[in-house]
Amino acid sequence: MLKQPPLLKPEVRKYRPPGESFVWFTATGLSLGLVMILFLLGIIFVKGVDVFWPKKAALIELKPDSPAQIGPERFLAGVVTTVQEKIGGDSAALAESQKEWQLFVGNKDVYGYGFKYFDAAFIQKVSYPESLARIERLEYGDAFGYPVMIKLAAGQIRTAGQPGFIGELKRLVHESEKRWDKIRDIEKRQIGKINDRLEDLRLKEKSRTSQHGLEARSHRELIAQEAAGLQGQYQLLAQKAQELRKLQKQDLIVYRLASGEEKELPAGQVLGFYFPNQLNWAGRAGLFCKRVFQYLSDAPREANTEGGVFPAIFGTLVMTVLMSLAVTPFGVLAAIYLREYAKQGFFVRAVRIAVNNLAGVPSIVFGVFGLGFFVYFVGGSIDRLFFKEALPTPTFGTGGILWASLTLALLTVPMVIVATEEALAAVPRGMREGSLACGASKWQTIQRIVLPASAPGILTGLILAMARGASEVAPLMLVGVVKLAPTLPLDGTFPFFHLERKFMHLGFHIYDLGFQSPDSEAAKPMVFATTLLLIGLVVVLNLGAIIIRENLRKKYSTGAF
Amino acid sequence: MTEKDDDMEIMEQERQKPRERHFRQKTEEQADISAERTEVKEPFNPLIEVVNYNFFYGATQALFDVDLTMPEKQVTAIIGPSGCGKSTLLRSINRMNDLLDNAYHRGDIRIREQSIYDAGLEVTELRKRIGMVFQKSNPFPKTIYENVVYSLRVAGQNNKTVLNEAVERSLKAAALWDEAKDRLDESALSLSGGQMQRLCIARAVANRPEILLMDEPCSALDPIATAKIEELMYQLKKDYTIVIVTHNMQQAARVADHTAFFYMGRLIEFGETKKMFMSPDKKQTEEYITGRFG
Ligand SMILES: Nc1ncnc2c1ncn2[C@@H]1O[C@H](COP(=O)(O)OP(=O)(O)OP(=O)(O)O)[C@@H](O)[C@H]1O
Ligand SMILES: [Mg+2]
Repeated sequence: MLKQPPLLKPEVRKYRPPGESFVWFTATGLSLGLVMILFLLGIIFVKGVDVFWPKKAALIELKPDSPAQIGPERFLAGVVTTVQEKIGGDSAALAESQKEWQLFVGNKDVYGYGFKYFDAAFIQKVSYPESLARIERLEYGDAFGYPVMIKLAAGQIRTAGQPGFIGELKRLVHESEKRWDKIRDIEKRQIGKINDRLEDLRLKEKSRTSQHGLEARSHRELIAQEAAGLQGQYQLLAQKAQELRKLQKQDLIVYRLASGEEKELPAGQVLGFYFPNQLNWAGRAGLFCKRVFQYLSDAPREANTEGGVFPAIFGTLVMTVLMSLAVTPFGVLAAIYLREYAKQGFFVRAVRIAVNNLAGVPSIVFGVFGLGFFVYFVGGSIDRLFFKEALPTPTFGTGGILWASLTLALLTVPMVIVATEEALAAVPRGMREGSLACGASKWQTIQRIVLPASAPGILTGLILAMARGASEVAPLMLVGVVKLAPTLPLDGTFPFFHLERKFMHLGFHIYDLGFQSPDSEAAKPMVFATTLLLIGLVVVLNLGAIIIRENLRKKYSTGAF
Repeated sequence: MTEKDDDMEIMEQERQKPRERHFRQKTEEQADISAERTEVKEPFNPLIEVVNYNFFYGATQALFDVDLTMPEKQVTAIIGPSGCGKSTLLRSINRMNDLLDNAYHRGDIRIREQSIYDAGLEVTELRKRIGMVFQKSNPFPKTIYENVVYSLRVAGQNNKTVLNEAVERSLKAAALWDEAKDRLDESALSLSGGQMQRLCIARAVANRPEILLMDEPCSALDPIATAKIEELMYQLKKDYTIVIVTHNMQQAARVADHTAFFYMGRLIEFGETKKMFMSPDKKQTEEYITGRFG
């Protein structure tokens, strides 16, 4: 009997199987790519989250007569942002230490700058006093200081040592916040409504100026009467707002800076305050959440470097949704025609190549096209036809969220077409034949069998298109994105959906903060936070679409994808 | 006796049934024939006429001058070695080959003396009259219920009672009712391969077509299911005209009234199954049937 040789004896595998080195080669490529992406995402994540984390405020005592002293006293207070090797330092004082510190000192109204660099050699002592407060202000950014007293409107004075001082401070801040809400409501909503109606009347009057006769005159009188009534209401509201604004200034909060100056600040200017060195871990986490929430829900202030980004989030979302609504039917129908109906030949191949190439056209070209075609041509025509009275002020003839969405839809339609075509082609022939053999027409087969089966693939294309559209900036700058939009594209005034309005967008917001901001140091944290948010938003949109796709896939699993 | 043996015996019994019935019928027929030679029990009413039919896949010709007449309410089997054009002929009858780019035909196929290429005949109407079971089972990624009623739905039928009736009738006809009646709302893709094939048969008969084209319907089935399908064909031929492609000589002998033998795209011989299997005219036929080539 023949003895069977044992299978896979260790000696047998002495030499490498062919191609194994290539496996390593490709794996290296993949890991390099992954490492780079993870590194980038990691930086953005750490820096973006760091923005909201409340940090300890250091009190730095400088050595006597150091040039870093900025006030009457030898103290600096603030958050240490960097400690770095000094570049090109050759002064004798630096011999022992070549380090320099960057301190966020705040108090821009007093110092004229928010960040201060100074040599580590000048430092005598660093401490973290508990009484040091960080005050968030409406203007000039944050302030660091010791609250000293409150001067109430009635002439009363509360000083820091007194019991209930902090409570009183909190009450003032809370009151001012409520007052701001009221003022905003009056100025933005109520007065805005009256303005809208006045504008309506103005347009009505303008359209009737060409008419003559009694009737026209009585009409004009009626309009004038109504306008006068509205004017009266307007005056009343404006006065009310004025009074509230005055109230915001009546109570004063006095605080002393570390460098020695004393500052008086109207309570209406204070958004909040906290003592960073008194906070424990839970307190920090609570404050962190509050600040993240404010960032997500507030409108920006101070040239976008302070406050939140809510209008930008909202604008990005609305635009992406509008874009998807425009691109899906358009792209899917085009792909169905190309794949299912068109006779496959030279022409279809040419169209397919053209569509693929369209995906490679620089996006700014689409922006220029959108400006020329949608904004000037289509929008201009709409204005001439339907909004004649408002001219020369353009209504649709200027950049707006509708035109931006359509421009992006155009930009992303190739992706949807290509993905849909692939998904349609992946539906097994047997399934189509089965449907046709049942007496279904071609359209019925597409509608009932092919489209449901290819829905997951189509959604994949849509996901890609959405991610691309949500993060595209260049073309938007030409067709409707602005640095600061006074209104949202969707609000409570009729007709609720304002497709002609300009809007804010996270991608453009990043560009604006990073490169157009007057105070780039102050804007830097916001750049990271906003980038993180944009990435997060794209991820959320994608996840949503992926969940829908997985559900569809379960329902219509054909094994084709 | 072990469980397995038990199973085997059941299978064997199941297999016997249709054969017995067929045999019984045949003996009756034979008795008739012997009694009165000219009279055949089932009259040969031509339903499908293939007239001088040629079919081309681009440059390759798959069918050459086929002339064939298939009788109404009988089972016609098409046999022949792989690649001889059986499927091509079958798919021509309901114009499934229209879908191919680059394929064309010469000649004509008539059903009740009307050409299937008649300009006045909508191809969807034609296909509604002809059910088809494919060589590879192709259930839709829908529920079992929706699979069965698909042909009714596309015809605009949405009446729940009609649909329910059709589902029960078709699934029973395809011998799938007992297995599927409790899971009608499950995906058809959760069925086994053989169940899927039976589902496709149920789907094909749901709207009561005149003609049923079956392309190797039993190639994925176990003997029990095969026996059920054969039994089904025997039942169905009371109302339907069945054309079946098969590689299984015994099956052809069991179920078919007439058999057509194809070789290399040509119709070699056509005739009554019994006669063809007992004393074929052509030598090629005999060799193929007896398994000496093919
Ligand atoms: N779509 C097609 N394109 C080109 N040639 C085809 C196509 N379908 C079938 N053919 C060719 O036509 C001939 C007949 O094919 P057909 O499918 O009719 O064979 P068949 O008899 O059904 O074989 P089988 O028993 O293996 O199913 C074969 O030579 C095959 O290669
Ligand atoms: Mg075949």
